[in-house]
Amino acid sequence: MTQNYFDPAIELASRDYLHALQSARLIKMVENCYNNVPFYKKKFDEIGLLPGDIHSIDDITKLPFTVKQDLRDNYPFGLFAVSREKLQRIHASSGTTGKQTVVGYTKHDIDVWAHGAARAIAAAGGKKDDYIHVSYGYGLFTGGLGLHYGAELLGATVIPVSSGNTKRQMQILQDFGSDFLCCTPSYAMYIGESLKEAGIDSSKLPLRAGIFGAEAWSENMRREIEKSLNIKAYDIYGLSEIAGPGVAYECSEQTGMHICEDFFYPEVVDPKTLQPLPDGQYGELVFTCIGKEALPLVRYRTRDITALSHEKCACGRTLVKMLKPKGRSDDMLIIRGVNVFPSQVEHVILSLGMEPNYQIVVDRINNLDVMTVKIEMSESMLSDSVRRVEDQENKLKAAMHDTLGISAKIKLVEPHSLPRSEGKAVRVIDNREI
Amino acid sequence: MAIQQISVFVENKPGRLAEITGHLAEGGVSIRAFSIADTTDFGILRLIVSDTQKAADVLKAAGVAVSITEVVGISIPDVTGSFAHVVKVLADAGENIEYAYAFLTPEEGHAYVIVRVDDNAKASAVLQKNDIQVIDEATIL
Repeated sequence: MTQNYFDPAIELASRDYLHALQSARLIKMVENCYNNVPFYKKKFDEIGLLPGDIHSIDDITKLPFTVKQDLRDNYPFGLFAVSREKLQRIHASSGTTGKQTVVGYTKHDIDVWAHGAARAIAAAGGKKDDYIHVSYGYGLFTGGLGLHYGAELLGATVIPVSSGNTKRQMQILQDFGSDFLCCTPSYAMYIGESLKEAGIDSSKLPLRAGIFGAEAWSENMRREIEKSLNIKAYDIYGLSEIAGPGVAYECSEQTGMHICEDFFYPEVVDPKTLQPLPDGQYGELVFTCIGKEALPLVRYRTRDITALSHEKCACGRTLVKMLKPKGRSDDMLIIRGVNVFPSQVEHVILSLGMEPNYQIVVDRINNLDVMTVKIEMSESMLSDSVRRVEDQENKLKAAMHDTLGISAKIKLVEPHSLPRSEGKAVRVIDNREI
Repeated sequence: MAIQQISVFVENKPGRLAEITGHLAEGGVSIRAFSIADTTDFGILRLIVSDTQKAADVLKAAGVAVSITEVVGISIPDVTGSFAHVVKVLADAGENIEYAYAFLTPEEGHAYVIVRVDDNAKASAVLQKNDIQVIDEATIL
């Protein structure tokens, strides 16, 4: 296929040029952190590091790491490096009980992010005369607005459908003739199945490609989506702490995702020793936001396990590629694109006055993530009436949905029936094979 | 006048009911009557036993979730229409029957019925007023 680049000056740049650009941006960023984020000033002071000690991107290993807990400890705006009048937008992702991860963007940051998303759409073949159908959720979640701004920057026409109401999604796909679909891969599967059920032949739709992300998906799932929607399916990577979707994206080669390393400098480190790993070795992905103003995170540990590849890509892009993430190094689950922490589930159970003897089981059934929360029955929950016990199940279900933002099945089990190791219950069983 | 009933949570899996009733047998508890209400995933086994407290202790010790409720016991003549009469009396009094189950009795020509209503005292009173025989635990055990 003919290659389609949004930012050829960057995407096809020489490694030397990128190195110089990254070096200049890192120096500027470290100054910004030192002068405007007390958290970083303190961290740098602790290790005796001054902004003048950073001379090039190769000095990045001198810098301390940042973890998600640092964002929580400085909730909500403590790590922002700019004053309020410079902030243009706030996003947040679901976190543990009550504390979401809050991120801020200046006008420049929104533009950086939009560049990432625009590169992704272009790499998937998107052009100015395309209709980009965005079915990611709009709101605090970065999915919807991320692709939206990317599509606008590209000059394409956005159809901001947001998630849900599959009937309307199908109608728009048919009547408006969407060229690109952007959503989570599981929702793409669902739309595909719904079209089939409604007797709509997807090969008759103008839909050409899809950009799917925000949750892990397999090659197998890619083939199924491609078959059921009669499109080519592309992967996109992002996390709100760094920007949102568009941090990295697939090209036509589909042998990894090119990272927008002019904005987000990647490293892969051994999660135990924190030592950088060479290309090809799997470890924890770490980003430094060299291109951002409001939330310039330094060596942020994403918890995603992946490997980098600087091998020349047949698409022509010189930007480093990250391989499909293999999993996560913490307890966070990504279910249907939504971050779920076991502690949130525990919080819901406790808030209803129930005992927190539970287990989360995640399965992938017909390519959709299904979350089941098993809860041990207790005296206080039991009644002679089935209706009253089912009322408790329904209450749990509703509260889970309210807190987690996704639905969960509730299964009551007998006391002491959940497996325990060393006295502690095994909290998560993830049966998904990705 | 009310009768104590013990409810037991039973997951739907083979052998579980055998284990629970086995615990009762080992504890020397005799089952006088029972019913099972079931859903897809679990059932609630309701029992009238010879010694409710002992049954509860034995089952709790075995890690089973139990709950004790009071229900109304009725003795009705084994003739056509007698249960219909009971139901009508309760309905007229505005008492909703959540569930009921019947069992045989040593008393010739009679059946015992357990009913679960919202207000045991009110139901017992209205039944007796209509010449329906409400029984106590001693009668059954």
